[in-house]
Amino acid sequence: MFGFILRRLAVAIPTLLLLIVLSFLLMHAAPGGPFTQERALPPQIIANLNAKYGLDEPLWRQIINYVWGIVAHFDFGPSFVYPDRTVNQIIAAGFPVTLTYGGIAFVAAVLVGVSLGVSAAIRQNSWVDYLAVGTSIGAQVLPNFVMAPILVLVFTLWLGWLPGGGWGGPIYWIMPVVALSTSFMASIARITRSSMLEVLGSNHIRTARAKGLSESKVILRHALKPALLPVISYLGPAFVTMITGSVVVDMYFSTGGIGRSFVDSALNRDYAVMMGITILVGALTILFSLVVDVLYAWIDPKIRY
Amino acid sequence: MIDTQQMQSLAARMTEAEVKGRSPWADARRRFRRNKAAMVSLVILILVALFAIFGNSLAGWSNEEMDFEVMGNAATMGMPSFANGHYFGTDDLGRDLFSRTVQGTQVSLMVGLIGAGIAVIVGTLYGATAGYVGGRTDAIMMRTVDILLAIPYMFVLILLLVIFGRSMSMLFLGIGLISWLEMSRIVRGQTLSLKNREFIEAARATGVPGWKIIIRHIVPNLLGVVAVYATLLVPLMILSESFISFLGLGVQEPLTSWGALISEGAGTMNYGTLWQLIFPLFFFCITLFAFFFVGDGLRDALDPKDR
Repeated sequence: MFGFILRRLAVAIPTLLLLIVLSFLLMHAAPGGPFTQERALPPQIIANLNAKYGLDEPLWRQIINYVWGIVAHFDFGPSFVYPDRTVNQIIAAGFPVTLTYGGIAFVAAVLVGVSLGVSAAIRQNSWVDYLAVGTSIGAQVLPNFVMAPILVLVFTLWLGWLPGGGWGGPIYWIMPVVALSTSFMASIARITRSSMLEVLGSNHIRTARAKGLSESKVILRHALKPALLPVISYLGPAFVTMITGSVVVDMYFSTGGIGRSFVDSALNRDYAVMMGITILVGALTILFSLVVDVLYAWIDPKIRY
Repeated sequence: MIDTQQMQSLAARMTEAEVKGRSPWADARRRFRRNKAAMVSLVILILVALFAIFGNSLAGWSNEEMDFEVMGNAATMGMPSFANGHYFGTDDLGRDLFSRTVQGTQVSLMVGLIGAGIAVIVGTLYGATAGYVGGRTDAIMMRTVDILLAIPYMFVLILLLVIFGRSMSMLFLGIGLISWLEMSRIVRGQTLSLKNREFIEAARATGVPGWKIIIRHIVPNLLGVVAVYATLLVPLMILSESFISFLGLGVQEPLTSWGALISEGAGTMNYGTLWQLIFPLFFFCITLFAFFFVGDGLRDALDPKDR
């Protein structure tokens, strides 16, 4: 197991470095410098600014400085647009918010999705089953940026139950979580249902039933674990899409997470912030897929690592 | 959502199929026709395509023209009505929503088709080459794909759009850059099982060069998987584009797309102009639905054992 994790890390670290270098080169290739404005600044000021941010050094040196700053000090450098704020501060302001509703949405999607999928598979062709299949089809065409306006329309404008945006107590969490998690819940329910149906038809379940185990024991002890394998392998991509979805949630509900900072910096051309967030998300993605792989290898006895 | 397991099962089926008498394609066509959901979806797709192509000649207004009687007063005067020629109503600026929806449909469908097209061409060639050549080349090529897949592509895409300017070509390039990755994996898997078959061996024995074997003998046998995957990929591409347009980073005015229209409609629904959200959303949803059903139907038709 230890060797397996090491081998995965051996791929993960170059990936991350590649992502950092690539995004740095992209930023460097951008037409116009970070200080290009509509009103041209005097060349001396530009030179001073370049010197201040270290942009007058050769490219390879800048890259090394940037990578070193991230690796050694976890420092993404200063923002180019807001001179008094560093990228770290901007990320630190939004990240806890994203983590809160993102975490709740993720856990909710897994719990509700799996339970819905399992109950649909146990009672195939019953109303539970139809509900699960129906919602999972519906949710495919209702991505978060469609869910968000619909939720606001119904619960804020028509019913007036929930605040339409902002960030505060748990009542502010409801709509972001629902908007973010619905489509994953549906996908997880669909995947769980089909793999559960497959497992329930397999030999070892027949054996378990034949030796007289109670139905709940058969499901929980013997069927659930193998049925969860496809769900686990879905969690990796789901996590990425969910982080991406948080951009919409932040934009639409004004929750103030990093998604908002990302889009704002995109519109302001604040490359340092964009890169910082991209790299952070990339690192999280890589870390998460590592965790998923380890989890998978741990659950599935057939995998030799 | 594309299910890798089902795709693999389909891939296996496409390589092993040795149906006597009827060709697997004729078989599949028969099964597809019997699938009601898929047939209805196909009809819907054709209607949406016709709407995109001929919608403009039905429209009472062009998409750039502003109706000054309505402008600034959309909530009370811009409602859908046949009397003033705004079948779907107008937006805040008094532009006709019907022709805007036609235009958005054109753009979104184009993005979906081109994105899927790039995925098909690049992914098939890449995957087939990696699978056919094998060995270290294969290892390096597929490792590259693994690494690229680990990059949070939506963020990189936005980075690209901001840095190199928002334009249609950049959007296509950005979406095309990432869409082929999964495709190449699936194609490679199938190529691996194809390349030891007798007809490939025969081609090699008669001295056909490698690239010709890939193009002439391997790619045609991949068609089934590629077709299904491409059909399921189109809605995902449309979703990606809409996502970016919803954030205001996609296509620019006067061009528009479903995502941009939904974003606009969502932004103004507080003012009681609900039709600005409903019409684009309707087209968006039915098209995605239809694509998913046609893709599933195709898969079931080509791989009947997995039902």
